[in-house]
Amino acid sequence: MSTADPSLSIANPHPKDTDVIQKISLAVACIGVLILFMAWGNVPVRASIMLPVSLLSIIIGTTVYAVRTYMNVPEGIKNNGVWHKSLTNRGVAGWIVGLILTGFYVILYWFPGYIGFGQNGAANQGLVALFDPLSMFFKGKPASQWFVYGTLYTVSIFSLGIKFLLKYRHNRYQFIRTLVVIASQLFLAYLIPEILAGLNYNDVTLADGSYVGYFDTDIKNTWPLDYDFFYDWHLDAMQQEAYQPVGILYLIIGIAMFLVVTPIITYYVGKRWYCSWICGCGGLAETAGDPFRHLSSKKLSAWKLERWLIHGVMIFIFVMTAATLYGYFYNTGEIFGLNIYNNFQKPYGFAIGAMFSGVIGVGFYPMLGNRVWCRFGCPMAGYMGIIQRFKSKFRITTNGGQCISCGNCSTYCEQGIDVRAYAQKGQNIVRASCVGCGICSAVCPRGVLKLENGPEEGRVDLPPIIIGNKSIKVSG
Amino acid sequence: MQHIVIIGNGISGITTARHIRKKSDHRITVISAETDHFFSRTALMYIYMGHMKYEHTKPYEDWFWAKNRIELKRAYVESVDTEARKLQLSGGEQMDYDKLVIATGSKSNKFGWPGQDLKAVQGLYSYQDLESMERDTQGISRAVVVGGGLIGIEMAEMLLSRNIPVTFLVREDSFWNNVLPKEESEMINRHIREHHVDLRLGTELKEILSDDNGRARAVVTGDGEEIACQFVGLTAGVSPNIGFLEGSGIETERGVKVDPYLETSVKDVFAIGDCAEFKEPNGERRPIEQVWYTGRMMGEALANTLCDKPTKYEPGHWFNSAKFFDIEYQTYGWVWAQPKENEASFYWEDVSGKICLRLVFDRNSHKLLGVNNFGIRLRHHAFDKWFEQEKKVEYVLEHLADANFDPELYKKYEHEIVAQFNKDFSASVSLKKKSWKRILELVS
Repeated sequence: MSTADPSLSIANPHPKDTDVIQKISLAVACIGVLILFMAWGNVPVRASIMLPVSLLSIIIGTTVYAVRTYMNVPEGIKNNGVWHKSLTNRGVAGWIVGLILTGFYVILYWFPGYIGFGQNGAANQGLVALFDPLSMFFKGKPASQWFVYGTLYTVSIFSLGIKFLLKYRHNRYQFIRTLVVIASQLFLAYLIPEILAGLNYNDVTLADGSYVGYFDTDIKNTWPLDYDFFYDWHLDAMQQEAYQPVGILYLIIGIAMFLVVTPIITYYVGKRWYCSWICGCGGLAETAGDPFRHLSSKKLSAWKLERWLIHGVMIFIFVMTAATLYGYFYNTGEIFGLNIYNNFQKPYGFAIGAMFSGVIGVGFYPMLGNRVWCRFGCPMAGYMGIIQRFKSKFRITTNGGQCISCGNCSTYCEQGIDVRAYAQKGQNIVRASCVGCGICSAVCPRGVLKLENGPEEGRVDLPPIIIGNKSIKVSG
Repeated sequence: MQHIVIIGNGISGITTARHIRKKSDHRITVISAETDHFFSRTALMYIYMGHMKYEHTKPYEDWFWAKNRIELKRAYVESVDTEARKLQLSGGEQMDYDKLVIATGSKSNKFGWPGQDLKAVQGLYSYQDLESMERDTQGISRAVVVGGGLIGIEMAEMLLSRNIPVTFLVREDSFWNNVLPKEESEMINRHIREHHVDLRLGTELKEILSDDNGRARAVVTGDGEEIACQFVGLTAGVSPNIGFLEGSGIETERGVKVDPYLETSVKDVFAIGDCAEFKEPNGERRPIEQVWYTGRMMGEALANTLCDKPTKYEPGHWFNSAKFFDIEYQTYGWVWAQPKENEASFYWEDVSGKICLRLVFDRNSHKLLGVNNFGIRLRHHAFDKWFEQEKKVEYVLEHLADANFDPELYKKYEHEIVAQFNKDFSASVSLKKKSWKRILELVS
């Protein structure tokens, strides 16, 4: 079927008669984005007014647009035209958005000067300068490129999260999950860290110009996803006198999250508590990335690649962190004659931290789907995946013989799991990579799939027969 | 090693092929004129609607067939010579077989309406139907769908997904009311209208009018009204696709007549799925079962027989499912449109008017006979077991929480349902909490 529809919309499942209010709200959101670009281009805009105007325009514009789109039609699955639209079917629009996102990440990581970040103490310009007033408001210092990124990231999850809430308003699992996703990003990842910095518990520059240090105060950003947690500067910052008791608290919680909290919760509910409920990467994937979830590859070959890659990255970070900790405790920059920074930290930070999780992970949403990083790279997902596969109560239960092999579940699985392959055999789905987003269950037209936590007994068994057929009997 | 040839690559034929391969080393060839590979017929609608592409409807990747030594042949079987055990294929080719499986499915019914063969008039069954629907619905301003059943409502949903206004002619007084009891049928009527479908109940098709190019331009209804349209969907059921068997000596009536072993009147020739007609129907089941699930079960049973383990087709407790726009439907056991003499019926409907549950049970013994659930998902294993154990309706209600299959965090309706049952039948059932222990027993 080649009915290309060149719409750029990511909110409207099928852009039919866009009404006046939708057009206006779309225009409002576009103005918000336009202001960002104007600032980037150094058009003299007054930041203190134009920044709130821009961000509010984006949020209000997308919200009103989504309300008009979804609230005027009966609630239910809204996937009409997904594979017809240029943006969501790897068409021209998809490539354009992919290139813009990719370009943005490249600039952000390696050329922040191009968005106006004032290096070596110089004043910010352009896009970064636009965010100065907000940064000043929170912590009394000008914005960095990361503050700009964090703010835009939060705005994306917030506004497109609202869109998701409206789209899935018939599904309470999706609704509640997305409320948590939005709240996690807004409070845990954004407001609390900025407020802590504002209260001088982090990121402090003393009057004499000396810098006390920075540590990550997004409490859920756990090592090994947060790969620099054990770096010397990070461990030192958490132990700074000036940051106590917050610093030590974050150090303890950070270690406990990995060692205790993660295995316990993952045992009870699967890795979904993290990946599709509170994680920042997952949060963006589930909201802004939702229109691209069907683009993940379901091929067996992709699964094979996935297992090599994600576990490869996991081993990489374990080795890198071991080297880092060795260096920290033995107060050396070398291990086995290898420079720890050059041979371990730098390659990981570049190849995995920036390239994989950022540039490819988000930039390639419109090409490879919204969970490339989570599926192929994230060591935290790899770690929880092993627990989920071998020692957890979580499974997606298949409802007896009700599967009609239609393929909606597999198509809309963002992790590229061939859900149907299990469902049509009457087998439960227990896979390391499942992030428990619940969309397979939502799009199933026959009520076949249910995410649940239950006894481990028989969790992964392949039933010898599909029920409903007495012709076939299990021989004694 | 024998050469088993299967005509038809739908769920029935493919299930047979897969299970023969699991059990034996026979040479297997699957012939199809429709597509190169097996796809899920039930998903055709989603291709049109843009939820999936054709490739997503294929349950197995293309390498699967060679790997499992299942030979695929794209051809149309013109005739069968059962004496010589030969098939005549389109293009002059012939193919020998040792055993033959006819799994050719259905074709859409046409009841001799004037204009039924015009352009832009079609049913919806095959991949080719999907292609012609794609072609003939471009840029049109109205479509008419004729026939109030499962394919009709799917076609209406498909057309609406492209913003094509739909007039839906249903001969009966209420949607699918030869299968659904009144309340359920009316719920779906309301939901169809909520989607702005021009639903015409109690309205028959009289004729389809042609434009100058031989394409449909309007339909005329039984009461003489002319409705302008550029596409007409004929969805008044399907019937076995067995025209090519004429003169083969294989006994046919509406479908290919088969015995309980799915064997036709000719030795070593079998028929399964939509095109098979049982000489002796199975219990309450129709002699021709045109359902995904039964096709699959017949395939499983026949594979046994073909691998020297003669196996009768013995379906278990009836179950089925569908989705009417946004409302999911499942059914277990038998719920008839009109209750039989010995049957009592309990019906609960949520205030939203989109969720309901019906339990049909024996008036005297209170044994559960069937359940219809709309907008709530229920565990197949639970009902299969409960029918097996001949549980009473009170037991079922008491343990309804075990059977709930709705996603986590969903609102639960069990208390409301039980309360209404107690009121309607002056009973005193009290709902038990969900128990994993019991659920595991149901599944085992």
